[in-house]
Order: sequence, then C-alpha cells, then structure tokens
Amino acid sequence: MQPMSQLRSRTVVLATRDIDTDQIIPARFLTATSRAGFGAQLFYDLRFNKDGSPNVEFALNQPGADGCEVLVAGNNFGCGSSREHAVWALLDYGIRAVISTGIADIFRNNGLKNGLLPIVVDAETHQWLLQHPGTEVAIDVARATLQFAGDRCVEFPIDQFARYCLLEGIDQLGFLRQRLPDIELYERHRTWTP
Amino acid sequence: MPATLFEKVWREHVVTPETRDTPAVLYIDLHLIHEVTTPQAFALLRSQGLSVRRPDLTLATMDHSTPTLPGASFKDVAIVGAAAVQQISQMRKNCADFGISLLDHDSDQRGIVHVIGPELGATQPGKTIVCGDSHTSTHGAFGALAFGIGTTEVAHVLATQCLLQRKPKTLAIEVAGRLGTGVTAKDLILAIIGQIGVNGGTGHVIEYRGEAIRALSMDARMTVCNMSIEAGARAGMIAPDDTTFDYLAGRPRAPRAETWDDAVARWRDLASDDAAQFDTTVSINASQLEPMVTFGTNPGMVVAINEPVPTADGSDASFRKALEYMRLAAGKPLTEASVDVVFVGSCTNSRLSDLQEAAAILDGRRIADGVRMLVVPGSQQIKAQAEAIGLDKIFRSAGAEWRESGCSMCLGMNGDTVPSGKLSVSTSNRNFEGRQGVGARTILASPLTAAASAIRGRVADPRPYLREH
Ligand code: SF4
Repeated sequence: MQPMSQLRSRTVVLATRDIDTDQIIPARFLTATSRAGFGAQLFYDLRFNKDGSPNVEFALNQPGADGCEVLVAGNNFGCGSSREHAVWALLDYGIRAVISTGIADIFRNNGLKNGLLPIVVDAETHQWLLQHPGTEVAIDVARATLQFAGDRCVEFPIDQFARYCLLEGIDQLGFLRQRLPDIELYERHRTWTP
Repeated sequence: MPATLFEKVWREHVVTPETRDTPAVLYIDLHLIHEVTTPQAFALLRSQGLSVRRPDLTLATMDHSTPTLPGASFKDVAIVGAAAVQQISQMRKNCADFGISLLDHDSDQRGIVHVIGPELGATQPGKTIVCGDSHTSTHGAFGALAFGIGTTEVAHVLATQCLLQRKPKTLAIEVAGRLGTGVTAKDLILAIIGQIGVNGGTGHVIEYRGEAIRALSMDARMTVCNMSIEAGARAGMIAPDDTTFDYLAGRPRAPRAETWDDAVARWRDLASDDAAQFDTTVSINASQLEPMVTFGTNPGMVVAINEPVPTADGSDASFRKALEYMRLAAGKPLTEASVDVVFVGSCTNSRLSDLQEAAAILDGRRIADGVRMLVVPGSQQIKAQAEAIGLDKIFRSAGAEWRESGCSMCLGMNGDTVPSGKLSVSTSNRNFEGRQGVGARTILASPLTAAASAIRGRVADPRPYLREH
C-alpha cells in the first residue's frame, strides 16, 4: 500500500444514496483472479450505454470529471456485497477518497486496507459538497481534516490504527503476523477447540 | 458483568484486546472460502511466501460462478466464459497447493457456502465465522458471530487465523407475537429492514429476540440472519436453544457423542443475560405482518403485498430513480405488475423447507404462460432430499426448471440471468440495479409469494393459494 498523507483534488459528485457494490462493479466482472484492471469496469452499467458508448449523463463522463481523485456520494455508499473489487476498481480508476454522510462497514474496512480513504462528514458539509461538483478540496490524513470552499475545514473520524497504516503505508498483515506468538498461546489455552 | 450473546462470543475470541491505537486481534474458528473472493488472497500469500495456518479450520466450496444447469459439469463452466473457467481452475489449484480440502463440483456435499456450513454441522453456536462474502451473517442463526470480510482480510485469516477488529455496537430487535399463516421469516426480515432502513444496522451486531424468533425453525432463522447485512449490520445473531441443538445433532462436523453434552452445556450459556444492555433496541410485532415485497432497488424499499407503491416526496431523486429503474408507478399496487421470471433459491431461501413451501403452492398447478421459473436448491444434499420426497416432480410438472445447487440467479455471474427490462420475483436478498443481470428488475419475496406469482403471472398474495388447497 502506498503511504498517503495529503490529497488535494477537485471532486466528482454522485448524489444518489445507497450506491451498492453491485453498481460500483457488477458481478459479471468478478471472475478475474488478479486485482489489476478493474477501473475499466467501474460503474460499468451506469457509465456506459448498452452499445458500449459512454453515457454522457453520468457524472464520471462529464467535462471536468477527468483526473478527479475525490468522489462525493450520497448516504450509505458501498453497501451490499463485501467484494473488495469495488475498492480496487475505484483505486484503479484513480479515485483515492470517498466523501459521504455514511459509508458501509465492509466497504470502509476494505478501503482503509487498500489506501482508499472513506470520509464521513456532517449533513451540512455534505450538502455543500453535493451542490458544488468540481470544487477543490484538501485532505490531511495526519490531522484528519477536510478543507473545502476555500477556508472551511471539518474534521472527520478515522480509526487511529488505520490512520497510522495509511500514513506509513503499512501492510496490516505484517502487523498481525507479529502477533503470532500470542495467537499460538491463545490456541494452547482455550477451553474448547473448534 | 451481564453480557449479551455477542459480547460472550466476542470476549472468548480476543487474542489481544483493543486499545486506542490498535484494534483487537480476534481469533476465527471457521473460515469459509469460495472461488470469487479468494484468488487475490492466495496470490498475496504466494507473494509473501506464506502458508495457510489452519487448513483444518477452512471450509472451501464453489458456488458463485458455478453453473447450475442440470447435471452441470466442468465443461458447462465454459458457458459462463473463459474467466470463470480460469477462476474455478485457480480455486482447485489454490486449495491443492495450500492443503485445503475442497468440496468440488463432483462432491455431494457441495453447495452455497452459507447453506453447507450449517448443513454439515460446521456452523456451531459460539464460533467466530468469517467468509469473503457479506451474507456470512446467515450463520449467526446458530448463535455464532459470523460476518463478511474483504479479500485482504481473507488473506489475513488464511495466514494467521485472526483478524484485526474494533468491537461493534449491539442492536436488539425484539419481535413479539407470532407470524400469521402465509407470512414467513422472509416477510419478517423484509419488514424489519423496511422499518430500520438499509443502513439502520451500520456499525452494529443485531440480536434477534422475542417470541416470534424463538418459534422459528433453523431454516427460518437463517433467512432472518442472512439479510442482516441488508440493514447494514456487521452480523445478526440468535441465541441457541433446543431448536438449534436438535438441528445440529448428528451432523457430520458437529461434536460427536463423547463431546456433545459438554458442547450443549457450553452453548446454553451463550444466551444474553437478562440484565445485559444493548446500545439500541427496536421492537416489532410479528402478528400484524403481511407478506412483504420490495418495489425499489434496495431491500429497504418494501411494502405489504396489497399496499400501493408509496409516493416519494418530490425532492427525493434517489427514490424517483429507483421507481424509474423498476418501471413501477407510485400509488399503484404491485399486484398489477406482470411477472417474467420467478427465482426460488439463494442462501436466503433455498433450503428444504423453502422448497417445500414453494411446492405446496405449485402442487397440481401450472405456472402462467410466458413465465420462466427456476428452482435452485442450496446444496446437492438439499437437492437429493427434495428429490427423495418428489418435489422435483412437482416443480417440473408445474413448468419450472429444476437445477443443480449454486448461487444461480441471485447474482448475474454464472450464466443464470434475468434478461434486461424483465421483471423477476426472487427469493434472494438483493434487488440492486443489475444484480440479477443488466437491466433486470427484481422484486424480493418469500418462496410462497414467488410461487403464487409464478402461477398468477402477476405479483400475488400467496394466502388465497394456500386456502384453496
Ligand atoms: S446465493 Fe447470492 S447472496 Fe448467497 S452467497 Fe450466493 S451470491 Fe451471495
């Protein structure tokens, strides 16, 4: 995972709420066995018409959306399936942070483990961001702040450990493997065995 | 300290406790794996030269991209596409290389991962169970703490048998009363999601409690817990009781004779203490419920079968978008909508009792002209049991297709899909846009409602069909 401390980008806005992971990456693309290349299929059925041409109405296809690394989405983003492919697809496409009033648990977890930052903000900030697509925002991971509308700044909640891993680019598996002696001890001392 | 069911299971599995700076290390007793969410996890293990720490606590099968054509064999996978063939070969190779026994296509114990765990007795009260699949919540019906994880976490569990976790909050859902005739566990969970919303459970583990829950069979409890994730919850749990123990007794992976009594004694202690506190409590009365159906594009957009589709407040663009996608008009009852496809299956409703319910309605009747109906058992064992009591004949003579087990039309990745624009009444758990195929329009319902709708050719209240019989 690449370390991430600051991010400055224009935003792209998908105002719909409850955007599920089936919309982010439809199931028929999940037969791949590597992590690479899912960006091409991100939001496939929304981004493309039936004939494969880009759907010009869709937010990511609008002028100015190119190169945006921050997605502002409606409440409860990433609900549904646990497929990490949704996070891989967003990252592969170039999205590095998602801002909403609510982000589904498993998606948030998957995001943090891959360097996609889930940012939950208050309703007022959210409204402002929804109404100003293409606005420039600045994210500071160490301070857990989101700066927008020039000088407005809000803090967002982030798990201490996840923040540390993001800042250092730490692989959590390495951390977990350091606990192996504790894990072995646990296995030896439990009163029943699964 | 009085503790909830969840807290009891949680604290017993904490290897190192959480601190402000680090999450808890939580031990996992059973890791279920399938072909779709594991290849990248095994790749991570290979790249770091790691082995699978506890293959004996890992249960592997293939269900998602696996075709369900009658007598399906490996060559049928080619119908789904070269990538699916490759994915299935990769699963075989991964299991072989890492010493995991795989319930492969030729195994009579194969099936949907959340159906076979309980069926084999691997799912047990008090266990921690994970799978790279959000419907792992199903196993909570046994009083296990069971939840879905991403592929990176699958690699964590493969390598260490543990996960890094923050303790979730608890939500009690108290269900009073009894379900009426023709109203099932599926209707109950749809009503619950309708009440608390698709993010009503976010950050929480739900415990379903109360008279109505105690009265449910294990199959029905699994249906309820299965859809906990559709309310955004991490997991759903039900305290184990005699219904649970009777179900598990004698199953191949359940505790054997010598250890059975000890296990049951331990399991009995798992129920939440009377004085235990939940972070939130919600109440619902089962006796007033009707059969429920969804009208929109998430499982919280739900109405009683004879109610009209609700009218959105004008400013709600997401609601309008959902109705547009479904091509349903606000204010009209769903029972006017004509049905193209009916699917009875998925880890929500593919167990023997679900098939029996559908068969009870179909027995001696024909499905309407123009309707395609698929009945897909949750496992090969359920398929055999259903055939032993003649259910396959009832389905076939009603005009339905009878398939091999698998995820099938629950998600469009194994060759079984709903064509674009067609309306499907489905016993699965997700009515998301495109879930059953590009442009597919899905109405979620119970097996009874699905079967009645197949006969009527329109969305139907199953109760008159039960009475006529
Ligand atoms: S039946 Fe559907 S919900 Fe269940 S595991 Fe398969 S794809 Fe997932």
